Amino acid sequence: MIVPLLVALAGGVGAVSRFVLDGLIRSRLSSLVPAGTMVINVSGSLLLGFVTGIVLVGAEPADFRVVLGTGFLGGYTTFSTAMIETVRLLQQRRWVAAGVNGVAMMILGLGAAVLGVFLGTLF
Amino acid sequence: MPNPLHTRPLPVLLVFLGGALGTVSRYLLGLAIPTLGPGFPLPTFLVNLVGAFALGLLLEGLLRGGNDVGWRQRVRLLLGPGFMGGFTTYSSLCVETVLLTENGHYFVGGLYAVASLLLGVAAAAGGVWVAANLVEVPAVTVAHSTLTSTQVLHLAQPQTLAQPEPPAQRGRLIDAPPAADAPGRLDDGVGERRPDHGGIQ
Repeated sequence: MIVPLLVALAGGVGAVSRFVLDGLIRSRLSSLVPAGTMVINVSGSLLLGFVTGIVLVGAEPADFRVVLGTGFLGGYTTFSTAMIETVRLLQQRRWVAAGVNGVAMMILGLGAAVLGVFLGTLF
Repeated sequence: MPNPLHTRPLPVLLVFLGGALGTVSRYLLGLAIPTLGPGFPLPTFLVNLVGAFALGLLLEGLLRGGNDVGWRQRVRLLLGPGFMGGFTTYSSLCVETVLLTENGHYFVGGLYAVASLLLGVAAAAGGVWVAANLVEVPAVTVAHSTLTSTQVLHLAQPQTLAQPEPPAQRGRLIDAPPAADAPGRLDDGVGERRPDHGGIQ
């Protein structure tokens, strides 16, 4: 009972972190692609990789990964917004920006996750 | 100009509540849905595709219904950046792909990432498409709201692309005189347009 509750709380905090960070980036930066979601998803993948790496080497209990990973970082990163923003770019016929938003985010996210897992196993 | 949404207490609270519910829903579905074969992460895969479709449906439906203010904005914040943002996850997608490849399941890992991306875009576009074909711009609301004629044009255009309207109504929305925003003229304009648009509803 306590774990789902902690996951919900952590997810709420993660969602608010995303909302605030995205708002800050939007108000300061105008770029080819929606940079807020890109920064959030890549940094979240790095951190989830790190948390996963720590758990893989057995230093922390699995609940630690569930609350921080599934909860906070799951609530922080978002797949649905990334997909909608790509669709909006496609609708505006900004093919390059749509491709960059879709493919580059995936490549950077995967790279960040690899790096995160590696760093986590060192920790 | 009011403060940006991310600095106001009520929007932040709505995103928190939606995010908490979305995240715990994903967690519980993750316990209920099994992984496939050599660890294909079916829970994250399904949650992300369903969430992308639902967010497309929600945002396009709200956008076509009227301005992003009042209850419309509160629903968007609770269910969009809140629930759907918390429900779907990008970090799990990336880390699960990396773990699959590190365990030697290169094909499954590649398939998971590529299929998530391609089907995710398709699902979001599908949600937008369904909403575009289900929700009509309520002309009465448009006439009552504080939209400028330029904004009316922007709202009217996507709809005419998705669903051609009778030329008479299209002409009215697009040709709405800028002077309709001026005080005193607005009531007259609403009075003139309401019966026509009411008939189309």
